[in-house]
Amino acid sequence: MHLKIFSRLAACFLLCCLQNGWSQDDLERGKKLFQAHCALCHGQTGTGGRGPNLAQPTLAHAPDDEALAKVISEGIPGTEMPGAWQLTDREAGLVASYVRSLGRVAVVALPGDSERGRALYESKGGCAGCHIIHGAGSSIGPELTDIGARRNADFIRESLVKPGASVPPSFLMVKVTTREGKTVGGMRVNEDTFTIQIRDAAGRFYSFRKSDLTSLKKEPNVSLMPAYDTKFTAAELDDLIAYLASLRGES
Amino acid sequence: MKRVAAFLLAAGLAAAQVSFDRIRKAASEPGSWLTYSGNYEAHRFSPLTQLTPSNVAGLKPVWIYQVRQLGGVEVTPLVFDGVMYVTEPPTAVTALDLKTGRPLWRWVRTLPADLQTIGFGKVNRGVAVLGDMVYVGTLDAHLVALDAKSGVVRWDVKVADYKSGHCITVAPLAIDGKIITGISGGEAGIRGFIDAYDAKTGARLWRFWTIPGEGEPGNDSWHAAGSWKTGGGSTWVTGSYDPDLKLIYWGVGNPGPDWNGDPRPGDNLYTCSLVALEADTGKLRWHFQFTPHDTHDWDATEIPVLLDTVIRGKPRKVVAMANRNAFYYLLDRQTGEFLVGTPYAKQTWAKGLDDSGRPQVLPGTEPTEEGNLIWPSLQGATNWFSPSYDPVRKQFYVAVREMSSYYYKGEAEYKPGTFFAGGGERALSGDDAWGAIRGLDVATGKQKWEFRLQSPPWVGVMGTAGGLVFGGSGEGNFYALDAMTGKPLWDFQTGGSMASNPISFLIDGKQRVAIAAGHAIFVFGL
Repeated sequence: MHLKIFSRLAACFLLCCLQNGWSQDDLERGKKLFQAHCALCHGQTGTGGRGPNLAQPTLAHAPDDEALAKVISEGIPGTEMPGAWQLTDREAGLVASYVRSLGRVAVVALPGDSERGRALYESKGGCAGCHIIHGAGSSIGPELTDIGARRNADFIRESLVKPGASVPPSFLMVKVTTREGKTVGGMRVNEDTFTIQIRDAAGRFYSFRKSDLTSLKKEPNVSLMPAYDTKFTAAELDDLIAYLASLRGES
Repeated sequence: MKRVAAFLLAAGLAAAQVSFDRIRKAASEPGSWLTYSGNYEAHRFSPLTQLTPSNVAGLKPVWIYQVRQLGGVEVTPLVFDGVMYVTEPPTAVTALDLKTGRPLWRWVRTLPADLQTIGFGKVNRGVAVLGDMVYVGTLDAHLVALDAKSGVVRWDVKVADYKSGHCITVAPLAIDGKIITGISGGEAGIRGFIDAYDAKTGARLWRFWTIPGEGEPGNDSWHAAGSWKTGGGSTWVTGSYDPDLKLIYWGVGNPGPDWNGDPRPGDNLYTCSLVALEADTGKLRWHFQFTPHDTHDWDATEIPVLLDTVIRGKPRKVVAMANRNAFYYLLDRQTGEFLVGTPYAKQTWAKGLDDSGRPQVLPGTEPTEEGNLIWPSLQGATNWFSPSYDPVRKQFYVAVREMSSYYYKGEAEYKPGTFFAGGGERALSGDDAWGAIRGLDVATGKQKWEFRLQSPPWVGVMGTAGGLVFGGSGEGNFYALDAMTGKPLWDFQTGGSMASNPISFLIDGKQRVAIAAGHAIFVFGL
């Protein structure tokens, strides 16, 4: 970044901070709080990961500062975003002000072409064989209709290259053997102390009492999805990522 | 006329009152459940023997009562004279026909619109009974006496101001002529207390401040000027009572602000302590502090269990507590002398306990701005849900949470009626965390058996003379274990998450077991 632009941005940023009553120290404090409480999902620099990229000028659930502070304190019902009940109102405000500051940094465009990515998704990738987007496809893997709003591009890339690296809890692979010697493998859709429910690759549900099993093996780093870095060229992978990152839930 | 008078007399006798003596002799009336923990000694143990390891597999639902307003149902029901008394969220009391679960009456409190609970849910853990009244604490911090036959209010007293974050979720303890209650609000910077009220009139008889005032012994354990005034020390779990010693035992919560200890240097008495109070005066007889200068929110608001045992060859009257800080303690209940202390769950904060029972805290275990990973989690190795003492098998049963947290230190500025915590946690949950029911040798704390649970529980346990231990799970399983081995013998999926305690009683001479799960009360029998 050119120094001049940077200093202009910095000046603008400082002005905004002063308007909001936050000092540079406050922002540093907000950054520290963010790194402790938010970075696990949103990344050390707020560019996302398991959670959405926050380094954007507009945030879907937080159109203004007040809404952002509320999202931070109370979370977003029906999503993976919990409320940071442990932060005081002031601390939530500091985090909000830091998150806002991220949106003033230019958004880095993804290298791929999303239209080409869509074609790859539908043809060579065979992705619809396991995933649903806007109601179309098959439900073996997670729905991807709003994957670009929930996960950032780096996270999507990792999921494609190393599918076992971050398997959602309801897609944990398990293998069980019954007393009769029957073996069933699939995804753990639910589990309690006495029972486990499994869905196999064909979509069949199984329910077992654990006391009827001779073995119950959990494979936390295994996914049914093949790795796409060997299936696709680097450019194709970029295109697919650009397409997936563009999926934000709107039809 | 004579005949009418005789009828009235007979009716009066049939509707016998629940006297202090009746509660005191709860063990001789195993068909009822007369006080929160089953008896004054807080054993949560049923002397009933009809259900056994050989027949419990046939247990089935007898009736289910669904609460009328959704919310957490943490109640321990009371059962006597053909009626079950439950509380419902947010603050309601319902009397249920014991045979069918059909409501007999219902009392609902209108809560103020600006009521907030700071740091906990809008729950209630049950009523107390004495004479012909049932007693309930309200979320807006009143204590209310209801006529046990009709639910009509007999008296209603303000315990504290709800606007400053005071609140009552605890089931009161009814002793001889007195109703004892604690208070919630530790995360709002309240100054905690334990109160006694006249059971007949509601007049306050005494108040024990859990944080001593200026000039009182213990106040000098708050080194920073004025820090004691917002020091927390809430008292939100029902204590126990020794009618012979006339001492009330009650656990005290954590100091405030919770995770940032800087504004309150010192041991912060009597937070994270057990206090023994004289029932007649509320005067402190002794105290024992489990976690001096706590910075992990490890309230000592677990159940103090009174029992007699032999320690190092000597018979002792003790009080046992499986503390949130992961240690199991035995104290002499006459003097508070420390007798035994041993971990019953994974902990990474203390090297051990010294000869006086004080923890030898490891360096680098405090919350930090970046987060510091420590076992147990903020919710503790156990919590408010009850343990059980089995006098037949000399075992102590406890529901254990094996979970760790990143502890954060944050800002702490006191404003009345707001969150005053100074940080927080991020618990390692999911498949990294698990739970267990453990059977401990009561005299040593040594583990005899363990039954593993899918996740850390919020459900207490109950032993029975028949040889069973009942417990629950976060996934809605209600189950019975063999008291000698911990092996599961029966389980039932209730269809909702559980945060409650089991009880047992008789209906028409048959043993029943009840527990709250999801939004309902379940009663089971053969």
